[in-house]
Amino acid sequence: MTDLRYEAPGSLSAAVALLSDAKGLARVMAGGTDVIVQMEMDLIEPELIVDIKKIPELRGVSPEDGGFRVGAATTGMQLCDHAAFAAAWPGVIDGVKLIGSIQVKGRASMGGNLCNASPGADSVPPMIAAGAVARVVGPDGVRDVPVEQIPTGPGKTSLARGEIISSFFFPPRAKGSGDAYMRFTPRTEMDIAVTGVAINLTLDASGLCTAARVAIGAVAPTALLVREAGEALVGTKVDDAAIEKLVAAVRAACRPIDDKRGTKAFRIEVTGVLARRVALAALERARATP
Amino acid sequence: MAHDILENSGFAADRKLNIVGTSPIKHDGWDKVTGAAKFSSDIIQPGMLVGKLLRSPHPHAVIKSIDTSEAEKLPGVKAVVTGADFPRIKEGTPYGDMTRMVMAQEKVYHEGHPVAAVAATSESIAKRALKLIKVEYEALPHVIDPVAAMQPDAPILHSYMRTKGVKPGDPKVSADRPSNVVERYELGVGDVDAGFREADVIIERSFDTKPMHQGYIEPQSCVASCSEEGEIELWCCTQAPFVYRDRLSEILKVDGSKIKVQQSELGGGFGGKTAFYAEPVAIQLARKARRPVKITFTRSEVFRGTGPVSGTHSRIKIGCRKDGVITAAEAELVFQTGPYSGSAFTNAPQAMFTRYDLKNVRTVSYEVVSNRPKVASFRAPCVPQVVFGVEGIISELADRIGMDQIDFRRKNAMADGARTIYAETFGKIGFIETLEAAKACDHYRSPVPKGQGRGISTGFWFNRGGETSSTLNVAPDGSVTITIGTADVAGSRISISMMVAEELGIPVDKVRAVLADTHQLGFNRVTAGSRTTFSQGVVLVDCARKVIKEMAGRAARIWNVPEEGVEFSNGSFRPAGANVGEFQPLTIADIAKKTTSTEGAIAARSDMNVTGAGPGFGCHIVDVAVDEETGAVEIKRYTVVEDAGKAIHPLQVEGQFQGGAVQGIGWALNEEYIFGEDGKMQNPGFLDYRMPVASDVPNIDTVIVEVPNPKHPFGLRGVGEVPVVPTMAAIANAIGDCIGVRPQSLPMSPPRLLQLIKERGAAK
Repeated sequence: MTDLRYEAPGSLSAAVALLSDAKGLARVMAGGTDVIVQMEMDLIEPELIVDIKKIPELRGVSPEDGGFRVGAATTGMQLCDHAAFAAAWPGVIDGVKLIGSIQVKGRASMGGNLCNASPGADSVPPMIAAGAVARVVGPDGVRDVPVEQIPTGPGKTSLARGEIISSFFFPPRAKGSGDAYMRFTPRTEMDIAVTGVAINLTLDASGLCTAARVAIGAVAPTALLVREAGEALVGTKVDDAAIEKLVAAVRAACRPIDDKRGTKAFRIEVTGVLARRVALAALERARATP
Repeated sequence: MAHDILENSGFAADRKLNIVGTSPIKHDGWDKVTGAAKFSSDIIQPGMLVGKLLRSPHPHAVIKSIDTSEAEKLPGVKAVVTGADFPRIKEGTPYGDMTRMVMAQEKVYHEGHPVAAVAATSESIAKRALKLIKVEYEALPHVIDPVAAMQPDAPILHSYMRTKGVKPGDPKVSADRPSNVVERYELGVGDVDAGFREADVIIERSFDTKPMHQGYIEPQSCVASCSEEGEIELWCCTQAPFVYRDRLSEILKVDGSKIKVQQSELGGGFGGKTAFYAEPVAIQLARKARRPVKITFTRSEVFRGTGPVSGTHSRIKIGCRKDGVITAAEAELVFQTGPYSGSAFTNAPQAMFTRYDLKNVRTVSYEVVSNRPKVASFRAPCVPQVVFGVEGIISELADRIGMDQIDFRRKNAMADGARTIYAETFGKIGFIETLEAAKACDHYRSPVPKGQGRGISTGFWFNRGGETSSTLNVAPDGSVTITIGTADVAGSRISISMMVAEELGIPVDKVRAVLADTHQLGFNRVTAGSRTTFSQGVVLVDCARKVIKEMAGRAARIWNVPEEGVEFSNGSFRPAGANVGEFQPLTIADIAKKTTSTEGAIAARSDMNVTGAGPGFGCHIVDVAVDEETGAVEIKRYTVVEDAGKAIHPLQVEGQFQGGAVQGIGWALNEEYIFGEDGKMQNPGFLDYRMPVASDVPNIDTVIVEVPNPKHPFGLRGVGEVPVVPTMAAIANAIGDCIGVRPQSLPMSPPRLLQLIKERGAAK
């Protein structure tokens, strides 16, 4: 039997040192809503758990350079309750609100939802669409990495041994911007996305789309940034023709599998349906912002 | 034992009731809400060990050898058992199969089939010990789908099995070679061919339903201990403590008097806790380790190692005349049962058409073994699956002849005195009243909202009685304890207490029902089939009448008057008339405290094989909306109309109606065991086995119809099973009304519905 070691360091450097020195499997834990479940199901048998909840700079939301910096151990509910963040990034909040139940969101962290590397993680497509950047701290120093480059496959990330995500940076919001996320699940809640679409777009004063980022989840080994889908909207008034191009682009980007959560054909079909609905929701929000 | 109550329940329609018909807080309410209730996993015994099971990775394999020596050597391991530690009872016999179901002997028959178990001082040691057990398997081809299992080239599970009930001329089964078909069962009445010749419209369809998990939240858990004298104590969550005792006695070869089964609070059963899984294993481990052993299943073990209700394949044909009279009905039904017989499939042909007065019916049913856990009971076992088909065709026929959905059903409805195809003649029944209430309710009278579809369906369940043994003890302060051996699966303790309080004329909080262990009472049949509140009402009202008679005698002796000079009303004994003499009334408490000066304790017991359960009928109305771009269904409005005979505790009756409908919504829309090509279940958890959550269902409206059952002191009929029977059919009919094509397979999940919508488009 492996003896499980639990550490709750008070500083980021101590956490990095613990992870770097670990002999067997080491897991970072914030809320534990994935790690503990996986241990209970005998999917992982870690030697070391590094609890990062007690590291002060990893928790909370603060303004930075006109945008926001969000600590990686910030819980879903903390983010939902942050009025200024929620007003700026309603699409990110759409995603966070769909994670588990209120109780689960009271523990689950933003960094955990990303690093668990589930293709269906609900906060990830809207973070990608938002252009959020992860700050990675490790034995060799600090680097900033776009969120879409963190997951590399189901359960796998690009983080090197000893590295932790400490925070996320959400860039300043341009005028006339709106974002939205929707997912499809057979149940209304407490479910895992069969497919999910996030769109973040910016309109100029004339209603012309000047920037758009589109991300899809649960239809490939990782959440994907679909550049062609964003390009389909840029330079348009996000009219029916542009949305049709968007729909075609997201469907073309889907690389789903047949599994217990849905068939390939169903996922591709419904991803397009969601893309249209999400575009209209993001458009409405963009138009409603000053 | 003959009792007056069987002949004369004492039911009086005009009886004035003070307690029955109100909804007081139930016994377990506070403890369950605050988390204080003791479930079986809360039981702790001194020196208790943790038991864990090793389960087969193969859906079908011969066990070549099992080597447990390394596991036994691991420090902290106190016992290891395998199939060799259980008495070897002949295969293909009920107890032989029961033994092999809990612990494989020669072969494994499904992924998750237990092959060994360990008891250790901690869970982590037990888990590590399991990894040290070496099992050598010879993998065999497997079959899960019941129709595939019937094919001549299908892998055979049991080389000894020959189909029972084979008739010449049925090409599907033969009795002279091994087969996966356990039994062929034929049931019918009249001349079906003549009936179909008389029909103006005939509709024939095929239907598929998937096995359904009962959805209890509490996993199986038990603690077993064994004394130096060999007396076994078992604490467990069960719907059938006495049945467990008797079956344990048979398969472990221990006298029933040496086995005490104590039921705990039950965290949901719905039929799933009528069969044991962990219990015999915990006992064998405890006997070997000479220490108490607790086994608690994980959710994954619940899904992979316990039984859902059968999946089915059916072909159903019904014909009617233009005037709405159904002239004939025919059905061929296939039931999936896991490795061993026991699906209760004969319920299906008996109940599927019962509520319609049909003169010509032919049914042939097959029970088929397959490589998945043995099926178990679930609310109205095997009936909702086939009603899914019957009520679909009924709705289609009504549309074809242009008749109102309820009028068509009313036209063919069984009335008092109707005779069923299984040769029972009904007494007073409430199907027509139920249909009339459905037609009159606000939901049915309201127009279908734009963009939505409406479905109607009806259902029937026999309702049961059976062996029931209870005692009633009056304490010296006049409060009353009733000791019951049935399980409280749905708050029956309060309903039973209410009937006793009503009969005794005392406040309901003066009556307390306690759940007995098997040493305390005579045999009680399983708590299932909507039998419990009905049967306990009969038995305990009998007890109450006995103590009233006893106390009247004591009052007579206290007053020194003849017994017939004492009358009882509203909880007090009074002189029957002025000629008896002037005496202050004596309450039950007044007499109860005089046990020392009278004849001792005041108590009664009653042991009966209760009969007279009145059949139950229901009608469901549902409105749905379908997202035609995703195939997602939203249940917009749902009304359950059902005959309760008499609602003892109306809030609990409503809870039964609502709970059944909600379970049916899950069965209809998303619940499904998903097996891979490798025969392994892919979704053994509630994340991907998609039971509905609260936001998936609207408030379920209820209409309680009360057509009293004259065979019960208060007129009640069981209400536990009927509420799930019509649900999937009603929802399928509503979806059909909405999208123009009625689904014929469950679950009606978004991918399937989207496919159906696309095919509809292509056909146009």
